[in-house]
Amino acid sequence: MNFETIMFYAFSAMIVFAGLRVITARNPVHAVLFLVLTFISCAGIWILLEAEFLAITLVLVYVGAVMVLFLFVVMMLDINLAQLRKDFWRWLPFGAALAVLMAYEMIWVLGSYETPGGNAAIKHAADYSNTKELGRLIYTDYVYPFEIAAVILLVAMVAAIALTLRRRKDAKSQVISEQVATKKADRLRIVKMQSEHKDSAANQLGEQK
Amino acid sequence: MDLMTNLMPAAAEIFLLVMVCVILIADLMIRQSGRLVTYMLVQLTLLGCSVITVGTHENGVVHAFNNMFVDDLMSDVLKLLTYLAVSMMLVYSRQYLTVRGLFSGEYMVLALFAMLGMMVMISANHFLTLYLGLELLSLSLYAMVALQRDSAVATEAAMKYFILGALASGLLLYGMSMLYGATGSLELGAVASAIQSGEADKNLLVFGLVFVVSGLAFKLGVVPFHMWVPDVYHGAPTAMTMLIGSAPKLAAFAFVVRILVEGLQPLVQHWSGMLVILAIASMGLGNITAIAQTNLKRMLAYSTIAHMGFMLLGLISGGVEGYGTSMFYAVVYVLMSLGAFGMIMLLSREGFEADTLDDFKGLNQRSPWLAFLMLLLMFSMAGVPPTVGFYAKFSVLNAVVGAGHIWLAVVAVLFSLIGAFYYLRIVKLMYFDAPESHTPIKVDSDAALLMSVNGFAVLLLGLLPNQLMSVCAVAVQQSLLLP
Repeated sequence: MNFETIMFYAFSAMIVFAGLRVITARNPVHAVLFLVLTFISCAGIWILLEAEFLAITLVLVYVGAVMVLFLFVVMMLDINLAQLRKDFWRWLPFGAALAVLMAYEMIWVLGSYETPGGNAAIKHAADYSNTKELGRLIYTDYVYPFEIAAVILLVAMVAAIALTLRRRKDAKSQVISEQVATKKADRLRIVKMQSEHKDSAANQLGEQK
Repeated sequence: MDLMTNLMPAAAEIFLLVMVCVILIADLMIRQSGRLVTYMLVQLTLLGCSVITVGTHENGVVHAFNNMFVDDLMSDVLKLLTYLAVSMMLVYSRQYLTVRGLFSGEYMVLALFAMLGMMVMISANHFLTLYLGLELLSLSLYAMVALQRDSAVATEAAMKYFILGALASGLLLYGMSMLYGATGSLELGAVASAIQSGEADKNLLVFGLVFVVSGLAFKLGVVPFHMWVPDVYHGAPTAMTMLIGSAPKLAAFAFVVRILVEGLQPLVQHWSGMLVILAIASMGLGNITAIAQTNLKRMLAYSTIAHMGFMLLGLISGGVEGYGTSMFYAVVYVLMSLGAFGMIMLLSREGFEADTLDDFKGLNQRSPWLAFLMLLLMFSMAGVPPTVGFYAKFSVLNAVVGAGHIWLAVVAVLFSLIGAFYYLRIVKLMYFDAPESHTPIKVDSDAALLMSVNGFAVLLLGLLPNQLMSVCAVAVQQSLLLP
């Protein structure tokens, strides 16, 4: 058993453990943190497969951006755990029976399955650029799915705006064209009044004291 | 030159995407009352798409984008029908949504995005494009269901739809990854030949197949993966229900045929067994549960489940006849479903939803014409001759018997008879009961005209079904390269 195999099993064990904890953790914040651990372990496996770019992107985008946002959202939500767990024990036998049945079926199908030798991951020279190869494939062979993925992001934007934008009636905003077109007569009102004398102003001050 | 040969088969998709972006911006910039300009632009876009689809049609099967995209007769026919269904949906829903303040630019743009997703699904030749098309369609639909933000029911429906849809996508992806592991390819043709060669591991293939079929069943809404259908159909605004219940069924048909028939044909004895169970359970549960419903939208949801089960029967039979009748059934179902949901919207008015069975009581006294059209639609759904529903059911059963599954045909007929009860009950309510309200029915002239055309199409296609039937058969034959 060489070093890489040991690392592979270590990362895999971490993924399974963290994945289980995501769904069993009592505290939602802990669950999110375990999800982060799952992603980082996945990135580790990708590094072992020499997919450095994907591994770094996973950590940067998912762990660095998406999961942090997720964490904020989870912290802001007021989740009543007691409410969520109210019927847990009532439904447990039903759910457990289904889970056991599913597991049994999967073992039954795959039980006789002999792991084929498979092909070892292809090793490349040190100057081989994973990123360049990915870029070439995405913009040539896979350009059609790539564009559809872009359209899906556009749909997400449109949907997010359509679902959350509420035009508030009391919101204040500037209308630049009106501001520029304003004339003196619109804003300035000249009021004729009698002039005030100095001593009368002093009298008023004295009364206030 | 090479670029153009790649792009031409997908010209309709490209045109649609460009137009969606144009409409998105134009809707912001143009001052208009009642979104009329946007609406006309959308309808023109649909017209343009049909012209392009007809114009770029080539005989035979054309692959593009590195075999990820396929343009054949089946995809062209299904796409044209999809444009028609979306266009009809917009006509029916304009008045209904305008009085509810939902007839916005975003609504139309999302409908077009959903249609783009359907087109991608119809023309997919690769697991990746199949999945992405499905997600594009689903995401647009989730958002559309939730557009009525102040309605708790609609929000709940959107939430359920979203969560169960995500679960189904997960199942589908897991199954696809297993198939990829066994065959080493995501392209449907390569997957089929890898299985054919016998090199792929059989256990792994069947394991993946179970998940793929479960995912497909979720998206089709057949038992036991049907739980989302009644709640979503009931909770969503009727216009969105109409969109979910019409055009996507064509795309779903193409999706199932592409995966199971084109990609996994060598595993046919495995998946046809699964489809038999799904079909019988759907027809049984759909038809029996629909009897107990008092809400028409919910009833139509259970009826969808039953109809989708019936459509699977054609796929089980196989061959040109089986797949052709299945496609015919999907097309006919879309036509009937557009009419039925359209009727609910026509009878609704500001602050009132005509979606319970009681609202149809005595419709004959209030509007004999609409009652007659509804009668045609209900007869067709029940499968009463001479409407097209009868012919669709008959031809599917014919194919089932031809494939040697006589007991399956008997079961299907029995459940259809049970189903006839709740369709005919609506006819009874309309003609023999006294109306509960005497509010005059005000209908937009364009929607009323379309409803008349829709009702008569159901009758006419029933009298002269051969044209459409042969189009479906030839399309399936050419596209799937069947003898």
